[in-house]
Amino acid sequence: MTDIRPSTATGKDLPGEARYAGFVSRLSQGELGFIPVLVALLVAFIVFHIANPYFLTPRNMSNLSLQVGVLGVMALGVSLVLFIGEIDLSAGSVSGVCAVVLVLLASIYSVPGPAAIAAAVLCGAAIGWIHGKCITVIGAPSFIVTLTGLLVWQGVQRMLVGNQIGQVLIDDPLVLSIASTFMPFWLSVALVAIITLSSFALCVPRWRQQSGAGRFDRFTLLGRAALFPAMSIIVVATLSNHMGVPVLLLVLVFLALILTVVTEHTPFGVHVFAVGGNQEAARRAGINVARTKVILFSVCSAFAAISGTIAVSRQYAVDSNTGGGNLVLDAIAAAVIGGTSLFGGRGRVLGALLGAIVIGSVANGLDLLGQSANVKSIITGLILLAAVSVDMIARKQRIRTGAAGA
Amino acid sequence: MRFARELRRRHAISEVTAASNTVTGLLETRNLSKRFGRVHALSGVDISVHAGSVLALLGDNGAGKSTLVKIISGVHRPDDGEVLIDGAPVSISTPRQASDAGIETVYQDLALCDNLTVVQNLFLGRERRRERTLLGRMFLDRRSMEREAARAFESLGTTMPSLDSQVSNLSGGQRQAVAIARAVVWRRRVVLFDEPTAALGVEQTGNVHKLIRRLRDQGVGIIMISHNMADVFAVADRLTVLRRGRKIADMDPRTCTPDDVVGKITGSEVAVESRQ
Repeated sequence: MTDIRPSTATGKDLPGEARYAGFVSRLSQGELGFIPVLVALLVAFIVFHIANPYFLTPRNMSNLSLQVGVLGVMALGVSLVLFIGEIDLSAGSVSGVCAVVLVLLASIYSVPGPAAIAAAVLCGAAIGWIHGKCITVIGAPSFIVTLTGLLVWQGVQRMLVGNQIGQVLIDDPLVLSIASTFMPFWLSVALVAIITLSSFALCVPRWRQQSGAGRFDRFTLLGRAALFPAMSIIVVATLSNHMGVPVLLLVLVFLALILTVVTEHTPFGVHVFAVGGNQEAARRAGINVARTKVILFSVCSAFAAISGTIAVSRQYAVDSNTGGGNLVLDAIAAAVIGGTSLFGGRGRVLGALLGAIVIGSVANGLDLLGQSANVKSIITGLILLAAVSVDMIARKQRIRTGAAGA
Repeated sequence: MRFARELRRRHAISEVTAASNTVTGLLETRNLSKRFGRVHALSGVDISVHAGSVLALLGDNGAGKSTLVKIISGVHRPDDGEVLIDGAPVSISTPRQASDAGIETVYQDLALCDNLTVVQNLFLGRERRRERTLLGRMFLDRRSMEREAARAFESLGTTMPSLDSQVSNLSGGQRQAVAIARAVVWRRRVVLFDEPTAALGVEQTGNVHKLIRRLRDQGVGIIMISHNMADVFAVADRLTVLRRGRKIADMDPRTCTPDDVVGKITGSEVAVESRQ
């Protein structure tokens, strides 16, 4: 799913380098892509490895991949509403209330696992639909509507849990297995093979089209095609030294992949970014802006519900704090660290996942160093500021290069 | 050279129209009227534009130009009168119906999404999908859209730095070209321009004139609102002047001067008016 776009230009008299917006020229125009978040990740890994060599052990990496699940799924959903220039402050409360729904159905009413999970996710989607309708029909700002949602659904969650005193345990085998199952080695290898084959297969048409356009383009193409196979090989090689690749990590990557395909390769995805970029232009082009928003808020809350399910699976229980605390703010921070603009119209789903891994790594690394939650909060905040600063500098660079001909 | 050719072409058109006054235009309005409260924004306006010609719509602020264009592009509904295409009345009550009738509007703000690429803007709202399989129907057919976009720009005789560059990276003239290329991609028959050169410099204005001529040469009927006499005399085949919601004059740019036109617009030169 690499972002390889063609270089077709209409002019035959254009200079060669102008015809293909290659890696270097994009960089100089302020199109940083995933570079800042990958640099942040690399720095975090190096610093924590030096501070405590246990950080990079397969055992801790396995742990990290499980810890990132809850935040990662929520960040994927939140990034969608950020794409249209809206915000969802309620994702944490929604994940909490859906987690309670899941546990009550499974434990008290003995609903089988799959049905209970489906009910929780549908419940999330319905809540998101309500938020979306309030925003589009009443015209209230999403900040206010989802702030309301944060308060309301938190209250509902506490009422539901309150009847059960403290926390409710769950013993449904399916729900518990999500965060505690590891893939056998052969399955991991097979997945790496599939990723490698499909990654290169997707490049074949571009490779043919690029013939004669210069070696640099093909070099870039190969580099991009090799990126995901290389990453998956490193991940599988590391995690197989402990208990194998967690199923949770596979779920996370799979969800990110689906959202990436939808946002980058379908008409709907183009409409999402059109609404985020220029709502009036989108409306004049015949796009149903209100419907697009409602769908995105529904999907965002459904992802919050999945995140709540994962939280239940990791805690074996739900309580009034599930989905609470800084979770939703961390999810928004993760999306922004991953290059999503709060102004809408810019960003990629995969960036939110990488941003969640950065935040998860910082939390994990500082835990290993015996630091308190306060220090974690401060460091995460500073990373967010750094990410936004990099984005603003790149934005100025874009405006400078973009304005050259205007 | 070009101006000589231009003059010959205009001459040919006016001969055709003079020879057969009964020839129906590509787009005509009959007796269009629109009131906003007690203000008569338009009263009984007839205009007509032929395929492959440019009609300039002139008038002072509040003369009714924008109202007329908004009715044709489906933003407003007229209180009275009708819009005809090929001599047959069409119902245009939404922007969508206008585009279905083959009418494209290039707004003053261009209505482009800066964060999308050139191709994405051209096909916005009507993206092409892969057709080979049922699953493929869900996905964008980027290559077909790129080919079509490249063809559209070529037919307009313009170049883009790259079809996958974001519109935010384009110059003002290039952005105009993207908005105009939409009309080509969708094979529109009538294109309305609202002040196309208001925000452009001299060179870019010239490029937009070139684009409008190329579009006209493809047989598109063009209606252009403009305050700019240079625009009008550079590209228009006919001039229609509105004042206070009424059509004051139909003029031929070959037989009048900018001063005549300004006189009509402001209503100050009664002498010119009575001479016609």
